[in-house]
Amino acid sequence: MPWVSYLPSLAQGAFVTAWITLAAIAIGAVLAFVAGIARVEGGRAVSTLALCYTELFRGTSLLVQLFWFYYALPLIGISFEPVATGILVLALHVGAYGSEIVRGALASVSVQQHEAARALNFGRLHTLIHITLPQAIIEMLPAFGNLAIETLKLSSLVSLISIADLTFRAQSIRNLTLDSAGVYTLTLLGYFAMSLVLMLVMRLIERLARRGAAFPRAAHS
Amino acid sequence: MTENATAPLIEFAGVTKRFGALTVLDNFNFEVAPGEKVTLIGPSGSGKSTVLRILMTLEPFQEGRLTLDGLSYQEPGGTGPFRASERHLREIRSRVGMVFQSFNLFPHMSVMRNVAEAPVRVLGLSREEAQARAVDLLALVGLSDKKDHFPSQLSGGQQQRVAIARALAMRPRVLLFDEPTSALDPQLVGEVLAVIGDLAHEHDLTMLLVTHEMRFAREVSDRVCFFDKGRICEQGTPDAIFTAPSHPRTCEFLASVLR
Amino acid sequence: MMYGFTWDTATPLTYAWSILPIILIGLTVTLKAAAAGFAIALVLGLVFAMLRRSRFRSVSWTTACVVEFLRDTPLLVQLFFLYYVLPEYGLTLPAFLTGALALGLQYSAYTSEVYRGGIEAVPRGQWEAATALNLTRMQTYRDIVVPQIVPRILPAMGNYMVAMIKETPVLSVITVLDMMALANMIGERTFEYLVPLTMVGLIFLILTLICSAGLHRLQKVLPKAGIPLR
Repeated sequence: MPWVSYLPSLAQGAFVTAWITLAAIAIGAVLAFVAGIARVEGGRAVSTLALCYTELFRGTSLLVQLFWFYYALPLIGISFEPVATGILVLALHVGAYGSEIVRGALASVSVQQHEAARALNFGRLHTLIHITLPQAIIEMLPAFGNLAIETLKLSSLVSLISIADLTFRAQSIRNLTLDSAGVYTLTLLGYFAMSLVLMLVMRLIERLARRGAAFPRAAHS
Repeated sequence: MTENATAPLIEFAGVTKRFGALTVLDNFNFEVAPGEKVTLIGPSGSGKSTVLRILMTLEPFQEGRLTLDGLSYQEPGGTGPFRASERHLREIRSRVGMVFQSFNLFPHMSVMRNVAEAPVRVLGLSREEAQARAVDLLALVGLSDKKDHFPSQLSGGQQQRVAIARALAMRPRVLLFDEPTSALDPQLVGEVLAVIGDLAHEHDLTMLLVTHEMRFAREVSDRVCFFDKGRICEQGTPDAIFTAPSHPRTCEFLASVLR
Repeated sequence: MMYGFTWDTATPLTYAWSILPIILIGLTVTLKAAAAGFAIALVLGLVFAMLRRSRFRSVSWTTACVVEFLRDTPLLVQLFFLYYVLPEYGLTLPAFLTGALALGLQYSAYTSEVYRGGIEAVPRGQWEAATALNLTRMQTYRDIVVPQIVPRILPAMGNYMVAMIKETPVLSVITVLDMMALANMIGERTFEYLVPLTMVGLIFLILTLICSAGLHRLQKVLPKAGIPLR
């Protein structure tokens, strides 16, 4: 059973994949909220800026962005470690797609809720923090779950800028052993397992959030 | 800013409100005295709710003048649809409260927090003070036992009573009721009207009520205004309006709703 | 394919202008790959969606697992798998076809969900009416179900098509000469990546914006009630 000997190396790669993915999701989530809230609440200049960011990173291909940051930026004097580049580009991707999720969820909070907040003389910031965001976040979670899995899958692209993630390790082992079927099957299963774990975690978070909020989904739709 | 006994608390002077090509209020004049309880009746689309929504600063208006408690709604040189700064609008809102047709409770907050949240965040009360105030008000609307429930666990009538407590917690000078019982099942209307009826005895609370409950309007109001096509076409004491309406449109409307 | 081309790296603009013809050749490859991949995804997705609705539990369950697996694993690794493993079993495809197949497989997982949502959204009464009119299963799908789901699923399908176009650069790693591969080659020759990569990014941005605007138009034009096939 030769494939058993691949496991230690693949496991190391999987660890790198996991932490790059999680870091990208964490940073990307912050970007998503900033850009999404800017789209809804910002003045014209701020919301246009946020829109440009979103369209730019949604409209160009992720691999192009990755290579652009890795090969092109250093030529004008800006360079990062490969791992930082990988995390940054993935995070910008999550932020751009996530900002659409945040914007959509905020927009789905009913006009009546805004009016009730106004009638109670809440300011804009309080309305956002205490009234609309708490309701919107619950709506965002399923979409963010999908985005998280998307990010895990796309993180495989960082292997192309020489980061030793799961895909990179798989490539190295294949070049050494030429056992393509064994290596890639294991790798696919590895990603599948990580996706399932990520999915379970997101479901758990969603359930906890729903219980924490203690109001049923239908009540505010 | 000070007012003497005869000065109106609310004064609409030639207010015109349009939605696109549709004129909802047409050169509208209307005054309300401090502590007065006024009911607005009339066919739907006649502009009654718009009066309340303008007073709550939910809608801007295009022409004319509106003052509340000596405070003009539009600032000289103000910008935006309201022609006033957000700060000025919040100054106005601190004097007005509103109860909505569809309750509009915050679904993610308990009944207690629904009532106490704005006093904490907006008035700057401590949690304890705000909760004490909420406890009193929930007792007033008869829902002391529901304070830890969430809106989705309450009936429509209970939700509306919470909404009334929530509005009162801000101690407004003017309380606006926008068809507060229209979204309720008929058997739940009574409990909400009873609470509003109790409030009508409050001496210094000014109330504006839009409703289709004619018998109730007659019981609680000092004055009834009949709206038609963006104007008040007849107003007077409840007895005058309900027993001896003079305008043909009023007669027509009352005949249709009273049957 | 790079022979016979010269580039002028004097200024970024002249550089961009001189390499534009090469990049545009790459664009045609990108578009062809996306078109082929999406055609595969449309057909395979429908097959998956119908298998998923099979009366046999074993069939529907297996399909569900396959779809989930395709959806939860990276396109890049699927691509490597097809590229390196298929030849071991005697199936040697050109890189372009392997790439299109990988795109199609990955996106069939998405399109099958879109089909499924569309089919489930057809009211029960429509199926019952079709039964009452004694239509065959085939006729029911062709004349009743599909015409009704087309306007419903089109926006989602369109979005996936745009997403697929943006994923085609991955094919460059298995030697498909798309925009990305050519831009990289130019970069390697001139040690100047900024211009070619920026151009590729811009072209994707323009493509995406055009497609989004087109989809928006299409949604307005489509009759909400459905499109009869004949």
